[in-house]
Amino acid sequence: MSDQTKPKSPAAVAPLSPARNVSPEEKSWEMNTLAFALAKSPERQKEFTTLSGHPIRRLYTEADLSNWDPKTQLAHPGEPPYTRGIHATMHRGRLWTMRQFAGFGTAENTNERFRYLLTHGQTGLSTAFDLPTLMGYDSDHPLSEGEVGKCGVAISSLADMEVLFDQIPLGEVTTSMTINSPAPVIWAMYLAVAEKQGADWKKISGTLQNDILKEYIAQKEYIYPPEPSMRLVVDTFEFAVKHTPKFNPISISGYHIREAGSTAIQELAFTLRDGMEYIEWAVRRGMQIDDFAPQLSFFFNAHSDFFEEIAKYRAARRIWYQAMTERYGAKSPRSWALRFHTQTAGCSLTAQQPFNNVVRTALQALSAVLGGTQSLHTNSLDEAWALPTEFAATIALRTQQIIAHETGVTNTVDPLGGSYFVEALTSEVEAGAWDYIRKIDAMGGMVAAIERSYPQREIAEASYRYQQALDKKEKIMVGVNDFISEEKPLEILQIDETVAHRQAARLSRLRAERSQDAVDRTLLALKKAAESYNKPVSSSSNGHLSHENLMPHIYDAVKAYATLGEICDAMRVVFGTYEETAVT
Amino acid sequence: MPEKKIRVLIAKPGLDGHDRGAKVIARALRDAGMEVIYTGLRQTPEMIASAAVQEDVNVIGLSILSGAHNTICPQIMKLLHEKGMDDVTVLVGGIIPEADIPALKQAGIAGIFLPGTSTQAIVDFIQKKHAA
Repeated sequence: MSDQTKPKSPAAVAPLSPARNVSPEEKSWEMNTLAFALAKSPERQKEFTTLSGHPIRRLYTEADLSNWDPKTQLAHPGEPPYTRGIHATMHRGRLWTMRQFAGFGTAENTNERFRYLLTHGQTGLSTAFDLPTLMGYDSDHPLSEGEVGKCGVAISSLADMEVLFDQIPLGEVTTSMTINSPAPVIWAMYLAVAEKQGADWKKISGTLQNDILKEYIAQKEYIYPPEPSMRLVVDTFEFAVKHTPKFNPISISGYHIREAGSTAIQELAFTLRDGMEYIEWAVRRGMQIDDFAPQLSFFFNAHSDFFEEIAKYRAARRIWYQAMTERYGAKSPRSWALRFHTQTAGCSLTAQQPFNNVVRTALQALSAVLGGTQSLHTNSLDEAWALPTEFAATIALRTQQIIAHETGVTNTVDPLGGSYFVEALTSEVEAGAWDYIRKIDAMGGMVAAIERSYPQREIAEASYRYQQALDKKEKIMVGVNDFISEEKPLEILQIDETVAHRQAARLSRLRAERSQDAVDRTLLALKKAAESYNKPVSSSSNGHLSHENLMPHIYDAVKAYATLGEICDAMRVVFGTYEETAVT
Repeated sequence: MPEKKIRVLIAKPGLDGHDRGAKVIARALRDAGMEVIYTGLRQTPEMIASAAVQEDVNVIGLSILSGAHNTICPQIMKLLHEKGMDDVTVLVGGIIPEADIPALKQAGIAGIFLPGTSTQAIVDFIQKKHAA
C-alpha cells in the first residue's frame, strides 16, 4: 500500500460521559421521584437494549452529552460533518426519491410493472434481477433450472434489456440496478439501450449496485475472486467518471449485511470500511479522490429499532466525512457528503399475519426519512411469502406518499437534532463503528478481512444471538413468538416455468439471428484484455499491474448481442471463480 | 456407552446465496447435540445426494428461499431413492407458499418449516423422528 492510500489513524471519538456528571437536579430526581416510582412498581425488564443488543439507559440528560460539542458534532444541515443531513433544506427542498425495487418473470412482465409504478407516482426505477442473471448465467444454462424469473427479471442479453426499458425514457427516469458480479455487463446493456433511445450519456442518471465486497461478506452472489472483482469495480468508476458523470457506478451496501443478521453497528462499520476499500483501490489505480468520490453512493437497511436506525444514518454521515477528509484528503464537499438509499428490512417481515407488515414498514420508512435518506424503497406486506403482487406493491408506495405528504415530518430539517438520546446514541454507534473499522485496518483492509472470514463470522454470531433471543422470547416478534392468531393464507404472486421456456426460446432465436463473427471477435478481445490484467506494465509502472479498462470491451460484446453468460464466461476463463470457506 | 449422534446434512441448493437460515439451523442442531455437516453454497441435487451418501446422514435439511423448491426437491428425492437412501429424513426450510406444500410432502419431504419457526421446533421434530 502506498503512503497516499494508507489510512491515517482516525482521531479517537471521545467516549461519551465515561462517568456521567450528573446535575444536582437529576440527582434529586433519582433519589426522590425515581426511587419512589421504582419502589412502587419495578420496570418491566432488568435491562433494555436495542434490537442489536446495544444497552439503552432509562433516561438521557445533559449528563450524557458532557463531551459532546454541538458546533463540531452537530453543526448545520448541508455543512460538515453532515450529522443533520447533506442538504441545507433537506426534504423541504426536495423529497426523497420513491424508488420501489421491482422485477419478476420476463422483461415484458417487469416493463409492465415499471410503467404501472411510474404512472402511480413513483419517481425512480429500481430493477431486481433473477438469480441466474445475478450469477452471470443465461436463462437456458443448466444451473438456471427452476430459478428463471423467480426472484427478479431474467435478462440474458441486450435484446432482453431493450424490452425491459421499452417506452421508458432513460434520459428522464433514473434507474437503479441491483446487480453485482455481472454489473459491468448489465450496465453496458443499459447504456446501449440509452444510446439507442438517443439519451445523452452525460445526462443519464441512476445507480449500479456493483458492490462486490458485501457479496463476499453477506449476500454471496459472487463469481470471480476478490482481486479481479475489485479491478472490475474500479473499471466502472473510471468509465463513469469519463462518460456518465451523473451515474453512480456503485451503491455501497449495508442492506444485505444487516439482512444476513448483523447488528446496526456492524452494518455501518462494514459498509463504510467497504467504501474505504473501494477508495483505496481506485486511488491505487491512479484516480484522483475528488474526481470519483462524488459518484459513490450508499445503501442502508431500515430495521425496526426506530432510534438505533436514525442514529446509524446520522453517524454514517459523520464517519464518512471524517474518513474522506482525514484519511483520504478529499477537498471537494461533494466527496465529503454521504448520499444514501434506504430499504426497509425484509428480514423483519413476518409470514404470519402479513398485514402487520404494512405497519412495520411504515415505521421503518419513517426512521429512514428522519435519518435523512435521499431515496427509499418500502417493502410490500407479502414479501415474506413471495415477490409482491401489484396490490401489495401499491400499498408500499402509498406508505411513502403518506409519510411525505400527511405526517408533517418533512416540514423541518432533522427534527431530532439535539435530543439527548438521539445525540448520545449517534455518538455511541459512531464510536462502535470506528472500533470495527480500526480492527479491519489492522487486518490489512477489507479484502484481507474477508479472506479470513472476519466480517462473516461476526455477522453469523450476531444472527445466532438474535435467533436465540427470539427463541427465548427475550425479543418479541408480533405474530411469530407472541400474539399468535389463526389466519387465512394470503394471495401471492406465483411465477411458473413458462418464463424459463419463453426465455430459452428467445435465446435460441437470438443466437441464430445475430452475427456470430461479431460475437466471437468481441469476446476474444475481451478475453485478451482481461488477460492483460495480470501482466505487470513497463518498468515505469512502479510494480503496478496493467489495468486496461474492460468496460469498452464489454460494451462491444453487449452491442454484438453476446449473452450475459458468454461475456461472464469469457472472464471466468481468465479470472477463475471464487469459493468461500463456509463459516457456521 | 455414549448415544450415537444424529447426523445431519444442511444443504443450500440452487443459485441463492442467502445462507443466514442455513447457518443458524446448522448451529442450533449442533448445539442440540447433533453431528452437522454444512455443504456450503450452490449445491446441485447430485452434489447433495452424493454428500448424503458419503456422510451417511440420517437427516438432510434443505434451505430454499428462491422459489426453486418445486424443481429442486423432487430431483433430490429421486436421486436419494436411486442411491438407496430412502431412510433419510428430508426437511425443507425457507419460503414455501402453502399451495406448494402438499406436492412436496407427496414427493417425500418429511417436514417443511416456514419463516418464523423456532430452532427448538426443528430440533424437536428431528429428535422425535430419530428417537432410539
